[in-house]
Amino acid sequence: MQKILYFGRLSDVTGCQEERLEIPADIETAGALRNWLDKRYGAGGVLLDPTVRIALDNEIIFDGAPLHAASEIAFMPPVGGG
Amino acid sequence: MLQVSADPIDAAQALRSFEAHASDAGAIVTFSGQVRPWASSGDVEILHLQAYSPMTETGIETAIRDAQSRWPIDHVCVLHRVGDMIPGDNIVFVATASKHRRAAFEAADFLMDYLKTKAVFWKKEQTASGAKWIEPRAEDYSDAARWKDKETV
Repeated sequence: MQKILYFGRLSDVTGCQEERLEIPADIETAGALRNWLDKRYGAGGVLLDPTVRIALDNEIIFDGAPLHAASEIAFMPPVGGG
Repeated sequence: MLQVSADPIDAAQALRSFEAHASDAGAIVTFSGQVRPWASSGDVEILHLQAYSPMTETGIETAIRDAQSRWPIDHVCVLHRVGDMIPGDNIVFVATASKHRRAAFEAADFLMDYLKTKAVFWKKEQTASGAKWIEPRAEDYSDAARWKDKETV
């Protein structure tokens, strides 16, 4: 089980700010996870938007990065500032 | 000092603490930002701010170090609210202390530009017509761009 966080407007799409999910073994990269979750939520591409960045354990990563060993995965839309 | 918290910010008290801490400085500049009562979609009822710790704090610490490398500032304080706020609540308090005022003014301005555009926060305004996530305004980006490649005076 991996902890997944959805920040800002993304939680409106997923209906939750945080969840624990069993990610299928064939989802090996951040980009694959993005696609899988977008389909899972019927998000219509909201999670695929390149301005939505993905962080593994608090580090921003590219879509090609492997997911293994990450304990927390965050989906982050453009930050809105304070 | 840096604090990102759902606790209310008492700017007067924060200033007194900062003055005591920076009594050797010579010049102190402070900025307090408050929740605005109005938005494009109507009167603001609640402003909700979300952070991602520790990424939010790490980013602000980097901005503080950047400010310290650009200007000779001796002390910095950044307090930022998260969670639900109402109009008039303090959302941010920034204080800088330096031997001379210009460095303190510019460093505070620089930190505010970082906090308004690049800091890891997500912001939602609740008005009578519903809730809306807010992204930075174009002028926030152009304000922040003022510091790009600018030589330290």
